[in-house]
Amino acid sequence: MTGLFYLPALPELFIALGAMVLLMVGVFKKEKSYETVSFLSVLLLTSVLVIINLEYIPLGYAFNSSFLSDDFSNYTKSLILLSSIGIIIISSGYLKTIGIMKFEYPVLILLSVIGMMVMVSSNDIISLYLGLELQSLPLYVLASMRRESKKSTEAGLKYFVLGALSSCMLLYGLSLIYGFSGSILYSDIASFLSENNSNQGILFGLAFLTAGLAFKISVVPFHMWAPDVYEGSPTTITAFLASAPKVAAVALFTKIMVNCFPSLIDQWQLMIIFISIASMLLGSFAAIGQNNVKRLLAYSSIGHMGFVLIGLATGTISGVTGLLIYLTIYVFMVIGTFACILSLKVNGTNIESISDLSGLSKVNPMIAFVLSMFLFSLAGIPPLAGFFAKFYIFLSAIESGLYALAIIGVLASVIGAFYYLRIIKIIYFDENINVFEPITKRMKLIIYITAIPVILFFIRPSLITDIAEKAALSLF
Amino acid sequence: MDISQYLILSAILFTVGIFGVFLNKKNIIIILMSIELMLLAVNINFVAFSIYTNDMVGQLFSLLILTVAAAEAAIGLAILVIYNRNHKSIAVEDVSTMNG
Repeated sequence: MTGLFYLPALPELFIALGAMVLLMVGVFKKEKSYETVSFLSVLLLTSVLVIINLEYIPLGYAFNSSFLSDDFSNYTKSLILLSSIGIIIISSGYLKTIGIMKFEYPVLILLSVIGMMVMVSSNDIISLYLGLELQSLPLYVLASMRRESKKSTEAGLKYFVLGALSSCMLLYGLSLIYGFSGSILYSDIASFLSENNSNQGILFGLAFLTAGLAFKISVVPFHMWAPDVYEGSPTTITAFLASAPKVAAVALFTKIMVNCFPSLIDQWQLMIIFISIASMLLGSFAAIGQNNVKRLLAYSSIGHMGFVLIGLATGTISGVTGLLIYLTIYVFMVIGTFACILSLKVNGTNIESISDLSGLSKVNPMIAFVLSMFLFSLAGIPPLAGFFAKFYIFLSAIESGLYALAIIGVLASVIGAFYYLRIIKIIYFDENINVFEPITKRMKLIIYITAIPVILFFIRPSLITDIAEKAALSLF
Repeated sequence: MDISQYLILSAILFTVGIFGVFLNKKNIIIILMSIELMLLAVNINFVAFSIYTNDMVGQLFSLLILTVAAAEAAIGLAILVIYNRNHKSIAVEDVSTMNG
């Protein structure tokens, strides 16, 4: 414990201080406070992203080993930072349309990002809990940011009540795990469990912990909040909810299961297989009847989280590698899809229902093409990136002998392809009824940047898979 | 020290909290109170375990939980206020503008 013991946590500290400074900037700047703060926060996040990936910051433990930064956490942190940068950039046009150009918006996103980064690099249950809460609390505020809208406030309230409930369940699980193992460090809990394999108290706590984390990534049977919250929140926040917090929560889930409960794999594997199958099926069937784009993407994200959890259910290095690749591709697809939806405006308001997309190909063939590529990729059609994401996941499931899981996954993705293809049919073959407004340069930039890796992933898959494998290796 | 009595107490309080969230049909404030109750039940667990295993970390954790609970209550009540401004009601059965 000599020298700069906080050095590995420098990125988090940097963003935390930056968020405080930006809050002051926002208060003291009278005009254009939103534009300034949003620009500076993108700058801040980009610089942290660069610092993390150039490996200037030493890896290792910090704060009395409650914090661990390694390849796994750096990989997931980069994903979280990338998606939040994308969200802040696509937000400004939408926020102007609905009239909430408040400088608190990017600051709250920054605070939530710190929470996620603490989550993925936590090494004991205190930093786990504090990171999770720091991630959730700004999100409750962001979901109800549209203060005069009935839907947004209701979404915020629902998200708050169910989020707080899930935190309580997670915390109850953590208290049992702490009490029966006698330590808060992941490594100590793991070594305690390798000696006392069937401790009832810890098993009970593990069930509560799984339930709490399943709430946070909105998988069946804890998914009820997702469609309502996604529909009610401002659309940019919906995009944020569907990308960064999911990455963080899935990474945390993986980290705690692999680091803390490796000897209880038989017990948690069953739970995760059940959760995964149920969410894949629900995601495929429930989305079919939806007519609201945001609700549809909520069900789609439930289904995708089901696929991601297959990788965790295997509990092997190749499974975790597949999970990380899936998360990376998923983030690009989701942000691209939302950027397309957000860029389409009719009579000064953003479109909400799927039928509004009809005949888009005749008005704006370029966006129609990119949007249908994203949808094909979400459906998992080769040679787009979404296919490879599912491919690696199913491959790892077959390697570990989880044949039933892989077969159900393939069937669910075939059923799920139906509703994505329905949207593409509406875009290309239905009569055009709407006059779309021209798309701003900023939105085009984000749409094309996210489209390139999704469409061209098959040329050099090793660009992502190698880093993901290195990250997964550091976890075991 | 017999720890099982403390665990039973906290389990009972936690269950009362969960039922308070799900069975309550009247008022959202009651849901907020139930959530606080659950957090306090967890605190009893942590403090009891901390004394039982002679490890200070549990008490430290329970202080952190109290802090987070205060922040959470502040945000919850703030959201409730803006909700009430729009919907003119805080009854649980009215929280259904969106189907679900």
